[in-house]
Amino acid sequence: MPGGGRRATDETHIMFDIPMQSLLAQLLVGLINGCFYAMLSMGLAIIFGLLNIINFAHGAQFMVAAFLAWMGFSQLPLLLGPEFKINFWAALVLAPLIVGGLGVLLEKTLLKRLYHLDHLYGLLLTFGVSLVLEGVFRHFYGISGASYDPPALLQGGIDLGFMYLPLYRGFVVVASILICGCTWFLFEKTRLGALLRAGTENPKLLQAFGVNIPLMITLTYGFGVGLAGIAGVLATPIMQVNPLMGANLLNIVFAVVVIGGLGSILGAVVSGLALGLLEGLTKVFYPEASTVVVFVIMAVVLLTRPAGLFGKEH
Amino acid sequence: MKSLLTHIPMPVRILLALLLPALLVPAFPEIAYPVFIMKVLCYALFALAFNLLIGFTGLVSFGHAAFFGWAGYTTGILMIRFGAAGFPVELAILAGMAVATAIGWLIGTLAIRRTGIYFAMITLALSQVAYFLAVQIPWTGGEDGMQGIPRGKLLGLVDLSVDNNMYYFTLAVFVAAFLAIHRIVHSPFGQALKALRDNAPRAVSLGYDTDRCKLYAFMLSAALAGLAGSLKALVLQLSALNDVMLSTSTEVLLMTLLGGLGTSWGPVVGSTLVVSLQNHLAALGGVVTVLIGLTFIVCVSFFRRGLVGEWQALLQRRDAQQHHVPVHDRTANSP
Repeated sequence: MPGGGRRATDETHIMFDIPMQSLLAQLLVGLINGCFYAMLSMGLAIIFGLLNIINFAHGAQFMVAAFLAWMGFSQLPLLLGPEFKINFWAALVLAPLIVGGLGVLLEKTLLKRLYHLDHLYGLLLTFGVSLVLEGVFRHFYGISGASYDPPALLQGGIDLGFMYLPLYRGFVVVASILICGCTWFLFEKTRLGALLRAGTENPKLLQAFGVNIPLMITLTYGFGVGLAGIAGVLATPIMQVNPLMGANLLNIVFAVVVIGGLGSILGAVVSGLALGLLEGLTKVFYPEASTVVVFVIMAVVLLTRPAGLFGKEH
Repeated sequence: MKSLLTHIPMPVRILLALLLPALLVPAFPEIAYPVFIMKVLCYALFALAFNLLIGFTGLVSFGHAAFFGWAGYTTGILMIRFGAAGFPVELAILAGMAVATAIGWLIGTLAIRRTGIYFAMITLALSQVAYFLAVQIPWTGGEDGMQGIPRGKLLGLVDLSVDNNMYYFTLAVFVAAFLAIHRIVHSPFGQALKALRDNAPRAVSLGYDTDRCKLYAFMLSAALAGLAGSLKALVLQLSALNDVMLSTSTEVLLMTLLGGLGTSWGPVVGSTLVVSLQNHLAALGGVVTVLIGLTFIVCVSFFRRGLVGEWQALLQRRDAQQHHVPVHDRTANSP
């Protein structure tokens, strides 16, 4: 069969000589995933630093913010009339505030009662919260995804000469690097950040100096959850909005966190971005492994540097 | 007789007391449907295996579905491919356990390198790999799973495709496993595990090889979870993707927490409740997830000892009031 032979040469051609275009496209996808890993693992690291719990609800909170953005844009106008349409930019401010506020409420009512106990209980509680949130949205919206268009300002793309860059994707990269940079600056270079780091080291001593530690803890949790909220809204035009979008992402983020360690913001951001890029590269060279590459790297890191790349074992 | 009874520990006494009604189940299918009871027994065994780790060793695994599901797949494929040619069902179950133990060794070796919440995250991440494999390997049946797994003949004699025979076999395995777990928990090895759970630095200073203890406990738990998974595959004649998913790891965690971490009967009580609940609410989808989540929140916030644990605490308080003796924490030893 002449046709069969020709197809085989085509395949070898693609396998050994990957076109620059598709390599760059996959790298961009990897970079964008990496941005989300970075934002989410940074939030986890911030929360872990002060509260000493792993926020299992992080993925669900991310998902709720995405849903809020989608609902504000396409559901609210149907319900209340077109003047109530909440556009992307408003959602980018409102949804994280709402989700962060809910986080504050959760911390005030339930989480704070568990600090004197084993870490296990904080983990189980936030896990329960994530199930409730996912279940509620699954009940009302099913598991099929809804789509959301990027805001008018960011539609279309620019030709960079070597590749075509959709504007919105470029915006996500810039925005998330900006957010990570600002958070890093806040924690490492300001007085407030110094207080927060002191609270991580020795909360009792800091409280003796007159700092309101419980308030600080509450606001830190709210801030970390808010970060997940921002990531959620940013993700709406890229990912399908569905109840499990956060849970799927969180599995990978946990591996990222094990690799990078929860000790530093910079570590979380760097390992998030790096692993996203690596995942993109794997998609080009060996697509079958792209779903597990992060976990394989995690295994290798555990065997060679058990404390994580940036971590210090306590 | 009385002196003999007092020598038998409480959990085993409860087991003996429940054995009679359990043996009578097939006689009254209208009260308790044997397949349902078998399903409960499988999940109870799964939860007991899980409790060995979380309750007695203090390690939280979010990856037990990997053992449960892959053991089921192994038993299933062996019986589907070779069951008709007379492949012994006992061997299929043992093969399932062996696979589960091997996966347990792999995940355990990596996970014990970190402690606490990192341990939980590592087990979660690695079990995700086990799930991806189940999706990609063709003979697992992917999204469809395996259906119509033959049950085979026990020792080549007893036809397990008869529900009542399968029921007694499942019950026997459950009782044996329950006693084995009871024995392990009260052995010197079990004591070492509890020491590790309660005060790891002290256990190290006393010369225990904590890493090895943890790994053995992890593999033991994986093997027993595998036994439960293999049995379940035979009972329901079905192995599905759902069995290797996070939701299954979640369920077993919930069963154990609801019944009482570190109690002998808690996991059984918890799994009975959860399996019954699922049977009644199966059609509701998202609502079940909400209920499971709420149960987690309520358990963690208001009764951390679980149903059996709280009941024991209540009895102890009453005891203490009657006899004016100080209350000791005996949660790990009584039922």
